Formats: sequence, C-alpha cells, structure tokens
Amino acid sequence: MDEHGLRNLIGKVKSGRLSRRRFLEMMVGAGLTVPMAGHLLLNAGVANAQPAFTYKPTKRGGGGVVKLLMWQGPTLLNPHFAVGTKDQYGCRVFYEPLAGWDANGNLVPILAAAIPTVENGGVAKDGKSVVWKLKKGVNWHDGKPFTADDVVFNVEYASDPATATTTIGAYRDVVKATKIDSHTVRLEFKEPTPFWADPLVGTVGMIIPKHLFDAYRGSKSRDAPTNHKPVGTGPYRFVDFKPGDMLRGEANPNYHEANRPHFDAIELKGGGDAVSAARAVLQTGEFDYAWNMQVEDEILKRLEAGGKGRISIAPGGSVEFLQFQTTDPWTEVDGERASIKSRHPTLTDFAVRDAINLLVDRQSIQDHIYGRTGVATRNFLNNPQRFRSPNNAFEFSVEKANRVLDAAGWKRGPDGVRARDGRKLKFVFQTSINAPRQKCQQIIKQACQKAGIEIELKSITASVYFSSDVANPDTFRKFFADLQMYNTTMPRPDPGLFMNQFVSWEVSTKENKWSGTNNTRWRSDEYDRTYKAAQVEMDPVKRAALFIRLNEILIENRVVVPISNRPVVAALSNRLRAPMTGWDNDVFLLKDWYREG
Amino acid sequence: MAGSTPASPTVEALAGGGPARPVARPGTEAWRRFRRHRLALAGAVILGVIVVAVLFGPWIWPVAINDIDFGARLKPPSAAHPFGTDDLGQDLLARMLYGGRISIAVGIAAMLIAIGVGVVVGAIAGISRGSVDAVLMWATDLFLSLPQLPVLLLVIYLFRDSLKSVVGPEMGVFILIVVVIGGFRWMPVARLVRAQFLSLREKEFVEAARALGASTPRLVVRHILPNSLGPVIVAGTIDVAAAIIAESTLSFLGLGFPPDIPTWGRILYDAKDYLDVAPHWALFPGTFIFLTVLSINYLGDGLRDALDPRKVM
Amino acid sequence: MGQYLVRRLLIAIPSLVGISVILFAVLALAPGDPFEELATNPNVPAEVRENLRAKFGLDDPVAVRYVRWFGAMLQGDWGFSFASRVDVDTLILQRLPTTLAVIGLSQVLALSIAIPVGVFAATRPYSIFDQLANTLAFVGFSLPTFFTGILFILVFSITLDWLPFVYRADIAETGWRWWWVHFQQSIMPIAVLGLFQGASWTRYVRSAVLDVIRLDYVTTARAKGLSERAVVVKHALRNALIPVVTLVALQLPTVFGGAIVTEQIFRVPGIGSLLISAILANDTPVIMAVTFVFSCLVIAFNLVADILYGWLDPRIAYR
Repeated sequence: MDEHGLRNLIGKVKSGRLSRRRFLEMMVGAGLTVPMAGHLLLNAGVANAQPAFTYKPTKRGGGGVVKLLMWQGPTLLNPHFAVGTKDQYGCRVFYEPLAGWDANGNLVPILAAAIPTVENGGVAKDGKSVVWKLKKGVNWHDGKPFTADDVVFNVEYASDPATATTTIGAYRDVVKATKIDSHTVRLEFKEPTPFWADPLVGTVGMIIPKHLFDAYRGSKSRDAPTNHKPVGTGPYRFVDFKPGDMLRGEANPNYHEANRPHFDAIELKGGGDAVSAARAVLQTGEFDYAWNMQVEDEILKRLEAGGKGRISIAPGGSVEFLQFQTTDPWTEVDGERASIKSRHPTLTDFAVRDAINLLVDRQSIQDHIYGRTGVATRNFLNNPQRFRSPNNAFEFSVEKANRVLDAAGWKRGPDGVRARDGRKLKFVFQTSINAPRQKCQQIIKQACQKAGIEIELKSITASVYFSSDVANPDTFRKFFADLQMYNTTMPRPDPGLFMNQFVSWEVSTKENKWSGTNNTRWRSDEYDRTYKAAQVEMDPVKRAALFIRLNEILIENRVVVPISNRPVVAALSNRLRAPMTGWDNDVFLLKDWYREG
Repeated sequence: MAGSTPASPTVEALAGGGPARPVARPGTEAWRRFRRHRLALAGAVILGVIVVAVLFGPWIWPVAINDIDFGARLKPPSAAHPFGTDDLGQDLLARMLYGGRISIAVGIAAMLIAIGVGVVVGAIAGISRGSVDAVLMWATDLFLSLPQLPVLLLVIYLFRDSLKSVVGPEMGVFILIVVVIGGFRWMPVARLVRAQFLSLREKEFVEAARALGASTPRLVVRHILPNSLGPVIVAGTIDVAAAIIAESTLSFLGLGFPPDIPTWGRILYDAKDYLDVAPHWALFPGTFIFLTVLSINYLGDGLRDALDPRKVM
Repeated sequence: MGQYLVRRLLIAIPSLVGISVILFAVLALAPGDPFEELATNPNVPAEVRENLRAKFGLDDPVAVRYVRWFGAMLQGDWGFSFASRVDVDTLILQRLPTTLAVIGLSQVLALSIAIPVGVFAATRPYSIFDQLANTLAFVGFSLPTFFTGILFILVFSITLDWLPFVYRADIAETGWRWWWVHFQQSIMPIAVLGLFQGASWTRYVRSAVLDVIRLDYVTTARAKGLSERAVVVKHALRNALIPVVTLVALQLPTVFGGAIVTEQIFRVPGIGSLLISAILANDTPVIMAVTFVFSCLVIAFNLVADILYGWLDPRIAYR
C-alpha cells in the first residue's frame, strides 16, 4: 500500500464508491490505526460517520446510582498528575477535555463547539497552528463560567516542567496558546504538526479551572486543595474520595447538555482483582461496569452465560509482543550488560528469529487464553486476522522451524538443544506476573522445546518489571534477558509516539539511565530515515504510507514477534447502555450513560 | 483417670503385678510408647507413603508434567489422567508428584529453620536475665516489625545471583526461599519458648537439679527444654502448612520458583478461579497439603507423648 | 514491677528508633520505583520522571532521607504519599474504622472459638469431639485464605446469593438497617479470617491445656472435690493461658496491616490493602508510616504480654 494506492482509495470514498467502513477496515489491514485512517478521511473532506449510539432518556436524573468497579482504584484526582488509566477515570467523572476519540476513530466534541478542520479554517494549512472554538454556556461546578482563559491556563500549567505533570508530553510542542476571544483559542506549534489533536483532547486533555489552580502553578502544584476536591465541568459533582478505595459523585444539575446525566449519583470502587470484578458485574450484579478485564476469555464466557451482563470489546492499538535482544545481556562491556558495543551470540542470526516467529502459536493463544480479549496478529501496528495481507501471513509450524534451523547449521546436541560453533540455543524469557502471560510463556516454551530451543522462564512482579529504577536489574528497559514479552499501549491514536520504540536515538543505555524506549537496542538506518520523514510529513496520505512502511520493516527483519492485538475489554451490566471506545477512556462519554428497563 | 501419674514399673513389679520387667533405657522406652500411639503410627505411615510417592512416583507414572494438550483441558479424573487435567491440558497427577518433592522439602526445611532458630533464641532469652534477654527480645521485635514483602524483594534481589553462581539455579532458589520463609516464622516460636522458660525455671524440679550441681546449659537442655516443647510441636506442624502456602505466595510475586514449576501451593493458586468448573484441580493439592500437615502433627503428638513419661493415653 | 515497667518503656524508645532506621534502610535499598506506570507510557518523557523523583527527594542519599523523615515524624508530619498526593495520616485515619471493625472482630471471633473448643478438646483427649475439632482445625489452617475466601464467595454470594461480596465503607442506610447491611457484607471476611486464625489457636490452646491438665495440682483440685468446671477454668486455664497470651499479643498488631489477602478478595478498605498497594507502588512514605505504627504496636503488645505473664503465674519474677 503506497501513497498512490491510498489516494486512490480516498478518492473512492469521497465519491461514494467505497464505504467509509470498508476503507477503515482496509487501512487497519495495512497496519494503520483507525483514528489515523479516520484522520485521512477528515482531511480529505469526507464527513464524519453517524454515531451508532442513541441516547434515549428524555429528562435529567431518575436513574439511581451507577456503580463502577476498577480493580485498581484511582489514587489522585488531578488529571495532569494521573499515573495510568485508573487515575484518568477518576478525573474523567468530573473533568472534561475539548474532545474525545470514539471507537471509530472520530473526534467527538465535548467542550469544543466543533472539531477544527482545514475546511472550516480551524487547522492551518502549514500545520503550525490550530484554532479551537469553545462551547458557550458551560459552567464549572461552582458556577463560574468556562472560558478561553481556562484553556490557555491548562496549556501553560501542563507544559511547565516545574509542575512535573504526566501530561507534559502532549503540551511540550505547543509554543504558545493565545486567547482570541472569550470562546476561541489558538495553539501554535514549533514545527508542522500532523497530529494536532493531541493537546486538550482525550486522556491528556482534561481542563482544570484557572480560578482554582492559578495560585498553585509550578512547584506549588501539590498544595492545591482542589487536588482532592475537584471542580470541573463534568456530568457529576464531587462528593467524597478515599484514595485507592471509593470515589463518589452526584449529578450536576447545571450540566451543559440537556437531559443529562441520567444517573443521580455515581460510585467508583477500587481494589481487588480482575476475576472477582468480572463476577461482581456478570454474576451477582452488584456493579454496573468493571474495567480492564484482563481475564482468560473462557472464564469471561462462562460468567456471561449467567445472563446478567455482557463483555464489551473495543479495538485499540495495544499489542502484546515478544522482543528479541540484539546485544549480549550476559557479558559486561565497560561495566554495562546488554551494551550496544556487544552483539547477541545467537539471536543476531536471522534464522533463529525466523524460527522463533514460527514457533509462537498465535492461534492457540488467541483461542485458549485471550479469546476475544486478544486477537492474533502479525503486525506490530495493528491488524485483525481477517485482513492479513497475502504474502505475510502468520504461521505456526514446528516442522518449518526445524527446517529453518537445520538449514542455518544449528545442529541438535546430545541434550536435544541445538548449537553451532559451541553456542547453544538456550534463552531466558522474561515477562511480568500475570496469569495469561505465564500460560503464554509455557505454550511458547513447549513449542520451542520441540524445535530444539531451550527456554528458562522468568516472571517478575509488575511494579518492579515496569519500573525505571536504575538499581534494579529486572526492568524491561534494561532487558537483561534474551526474550521478553509485554503489552505496549498506544494511549493516543497517533503512531508517532508508538513507533519510536525502534529508532536508534532512543536506545536504552547505561548512559541515559535506561530511560530510552528502544529496549531491543535494534538500529537501522532505513528505519531512522523513514521515521524522521513521517514526523514532519503534513500530507496525511504520505504520512500513513510511511507508517505502513515502518511496520513492514519491523516484520520483514523479524525485530519483534507481535502476538496479539489487545482491545479494551470491559464488563457491562445488561441493562446499562454506554458508548465504549478503544482510543480513549471508557468513560469518555460518561454523560451519555443510561440504564434501560 | 486422665492426668494421673502412673506408678513406676519397679513398684508395680514389687507389688506383684507380674513378673518383674527389666528397667528399660529411656530411648527404647520412648520408642515403645511411640509404637503404641496408634494415631502417630498412622501419621508416620501416611507421611511415608506421600514421601515415597513423590520421590519415586515419576518413575512409576512417567507422564510429562508440561505436556500441553488443548484437547484435554479441565478434564475430571479418568483412567488416562487419574487426577484430571488443568486448563492447559497438563496431567495433574504428574504435576502433583513433581511438585510434591519441592513443597514437602520446602515445608520441612523452612519449619526446621524456624523451629531451630526460635528455640535457640527463646531458650537463651528465657534462661538469662537482664540485658541478654532485652537484646534478644529487641531483635525479635525488630523481625516482627519488618514488612515481609519489601524485605523479601530486597533479600532475593541481593542474593539471588550470587547464590546461583555458587550452588546452581534450582538449589539457589530453594535455599533462598527456605531461608526467607523460615526467617519470618521463628519469632513466635522464640517468644513461646521464652514464655515457657520464664514459667518453668521457677519450678521446683529446676531448683532441685541446680542443687544437684547441674550447669545452666545442662539444665536447659535436659530439664527445661523437654518440658517446653508442647507449643513448639504445634508451631512446627502449623509452620509446615504455612511454608507450603508461603512458597506459592512467593511464586505469585515472582520471587519463588519459576511459574511453570507445579508446587502444591502454586497448583492451588492457579486453580482458584476455576473452582466452580473444575473443583478437582484444587481438591487434590488442598487434600495433600492437609494430609501432610495432619500426619506431621500426629507424628509430633506421638513424639511428645513418647518423650514425656506422664503420657496422656 | 513498676520499676520493670518504667525500664521497659525507656528501652522501648531507642529500640523503636533502631527499628525505624533498619526499616528505612530496607525500603530504600529494595528494588522498585514509585513511578513505574509512567515508565511504560511512551508519552511521558524521561525528564518528567526525573523531575518527580527529584521533587520527592528520591535521589538524595539514604541517610539524608532518613533524617528528614525522622524530623518530620517528630513534628507530627507523617509524610506525603507519592501515589495519592495526600497526607499519609489522612489515608491511615480513613481506613482505621473499617480495619478495627472487620479485622479486629475477626480476632475476637478466633479467640472465642479457640478457647472453648481447645479447652473442651483437651479435657477429653482423643474423644470424638477432640478428633473432630482437630481435623477441622487442620483443614482450617491447611487451606490458605485466598482459597477459603473464594470458596465462601462462590457458595454464599454466587450460588446462594445471600451475601454481597464487595465491601462498602459508607452505607446510606440508617438505624438498624445500617447494622444489618454492615453485618451482611462483613460476615464473610470476618469468618474467613477468624476461622483461619481460630484453627491454629485452637491447636495451641489444646496443647497448652493438655500440658497443664496432667500436673499434680490439678489432680489435687479434683481430689478436693471441686467441680470439673472450676478445676478447668480457675486452675488449669490460668496456667495454660501463658502461650495463648503470647500468641494473641503477637497476632494483634497484624490487625494493623496484616490481613492482606482477605482485604484484597473482599475489597475491604483496611490498612492491610493500603500497605500492599503502597508496597507495590513503592510509595515509601506510606510504607514507612504504617510499618512504624506496626512496630510500635508490636513492642507495646509484647510488653503487655510480658506483664500479663507475671499476673498469670506469680512465680515469674521481674528483675
């Protein structure tokens, strides 16, 4: 799929010869994300598709209490300090961004009056600025009006390094935010920014009130009393919060949309584990919604059979994948293990990586472990199985793997393990503690055994594995092992900050305290060049083609072995109607949740 | 009547109760009493069977422990799989036999460490007075206050690699786990033993022994300690069960054996989400932990009764 | 005795300081990072993480951090949680009532099972009652709480639908309905913990009473014509209680931070779950505060136990 092919398809959609839905499916098949594909159409002037969700209630209130269960409870309520989705959910009950991403990759305006496009003059043609028009008649929970001052304040607050917000990544490239009038804001970027819908949108875009936070900028940010008593524009007002345990809100009687919210109160309970959370929604009905069902699909199906609830699957960009180490983690060079000055003794042989790719039984992993919660994929950048391209199908074949290794000269030794030039195919395979992952490891280990590769399994506590502690040898960034497996999330719909995991300037080394995102330490000039070009390419079609090419480079060179595309999985009570999405928080349209019957 | 002290064998003989029995040595006497304690014998037999099974079982039942077979998932016990299968289709009997070695070894070794250290510390603290007692109790309080999880992470992180290079990976992990589990359970034993000592050292028989010229160590070992073993034996049996379970908790945190090693606690942990569909999966490890603990306890009871002339039977 | 008490209290202070030093060192050296979630997110640049670490003083040497913590503690500032960005004492106080209610009651339940059953079993050794009690006790402590908890949930919440299994700290009802709802949601965690604890305590009580019941003074009391009940309760039990007092004193501090598994399964927002989530999030201020209170309780309860020994057995003298 190259640029010409893309333009062709877009032309067809515009003229009506190709349905938007089919276009999106094909783009996803080629390795693009849905929002990116949607963006392509948006920029070509193709109108947004109609949302599939209809809101039925005709008055505000009367729905009782809605109960949400998250097996990791939110611990703080300032969206700019949110650590992970759990905190974002807690904040999203009270705060709102200018727009959110729906399941089809469309931008849905929330506090914005309309979505900026090139046509309506919102997005500058040179890509260096965007103008947002804000909704009128919106008030904060304490009655003060929501204006452009608040938006400008948020940009300044989040981009100030002294505040040390976790959302800074989205605001760093905003050079200036200017108030044009009381309900219009212009954002200016340093460089042409193809993905302008990052600041003020979605999980990093929740707006906090200037009049309550202004006095607490920079290093005083932790002292703001509103940090624990949020005042937002959202459908619910703050009642009570016990960190890690329970969050309560009541309906906002002055909410800026008519007939919303349907519920009179909301409760968000935290703690416990995923399986019992599923039971609480699907079996006992104690809760209406449970978050992030990281549970074997078989258990979920069994619970659904009770008839009280259902599982919602929203496709997202996360991919569970296997990484190969390209350096030697078992030898120290200048006091550093896995140094880029060393080479891995066995995994640098393409045949070995190719063989292991053939030994990962993605289909069984999907069928018996993840089920609907993990669709087998061969692409790093997103690919449901139905649309796999003909010359790069994934395959599971122990015989073929054996042939590949034989042909490359890896002979079986007396202990059954293959070796060449005195080097054995023995690997340490690490991942985090997580029941489905351990099962995955066992499946892969067994298949490898049949091909003469011996694997030692290692599992590490998640808080240690994913930490950035310099002293700890077991982190995923240090990657002091031969193989590792984890789920990399794409929290924003643009692949720019997702594909940077393989560029040479992000290599994780002792010098940068292993903070680089490139754990495999793989380097390629072609990849670097293509990535740099994609970052400044304003033409969305050309840009999409470049990202597709990046994906192909990874797959052709067997740099990683993608295993499954993990959608966002939640459990919902049967009577609850709620629009879900894989590109934003599940509660992004909390205002539209209602209960039927 | 329960609790009465029976008259000595010599008196019985003189009173014409029968032919004079030769006065037996305490060791043989104890063994004879043990043999007559029916439950202790039963315990010994059960434990013996379990130990033999886990030691030699893999030769009699040569099924692989990690043969993944998706076609035979969660099957109840049958001829092909006497204990059923788990959710990856692996044979549970083979896994129980393999994991049993580790679980029992961990359970008993950790228990011995806990009892050993606890008795020594408690005895020394109990018999001495003033500063030695205070220092030892301070150390005990310190260990009691330590939060187990961070200490575990620290110990394992510090010593795992060096142990691996000295004794090899499996032995290294085993030693680490046993020391860590035993190391967190000696404190109650120490306090219990010390409490017994505080009360026992004031008793007349101790005074009498001291009057006869017994040195303090001899007093402790031959007189006070045997009488304070009651709670120690109970602690011992509870510790075995706790150690087997603790190992599974460690493995759940990634600090124990690798996740594919099927120790009994680990099998129980893996089975807990399938209780309503495949109860057999949890039933077997649970029952075997229970049986092991039961038999060790009856053994302990028998031991105590055998060593103590004022038997309860 | 008064002197002994004063001496012990004076010793308690430096020993607490010593314990806090070691606790702090352990936490500082243990691997892990409070900001691990940020590490997996490609959006958060490294400088932000480093800024946060510097802001909370995580990069200073251990000794400096300890002194800072100790000074703050003395002034009543228990620290500021990295994960929740609130004061630690607020966090702890929020959870204290629930902890006392659920975990505290479970210890009471355990004791009220263990003493009567243990004593009864010991006075009729190897009888049917004794065998039954023993077997149930063995089953009780052979099965871990994560297992019995799930079993209870499956039976009482899912199959029978009698009891809710997710605990809620604030309930809207008032009056006797409030008590009823609280009872419904607490009875399972209290039972799981209480039965597990009671199982091992029963064994200890039985063993302790058995030790004592064979002694001469008991035979004497019986010979004097006292009722069996008086013999057991007024003579045997008092002496048998020494190991029991030891155990209860050892166990009580764990109310404050020990029932981790049960709290997790039933989502009881107690201090145990606060501790475990703080440990997994490497939220050092919370861990230090909770473990420090814990060590104070340990020292306090062990002191109480030592004093009780003297009351239970007057022959134990204190120098």
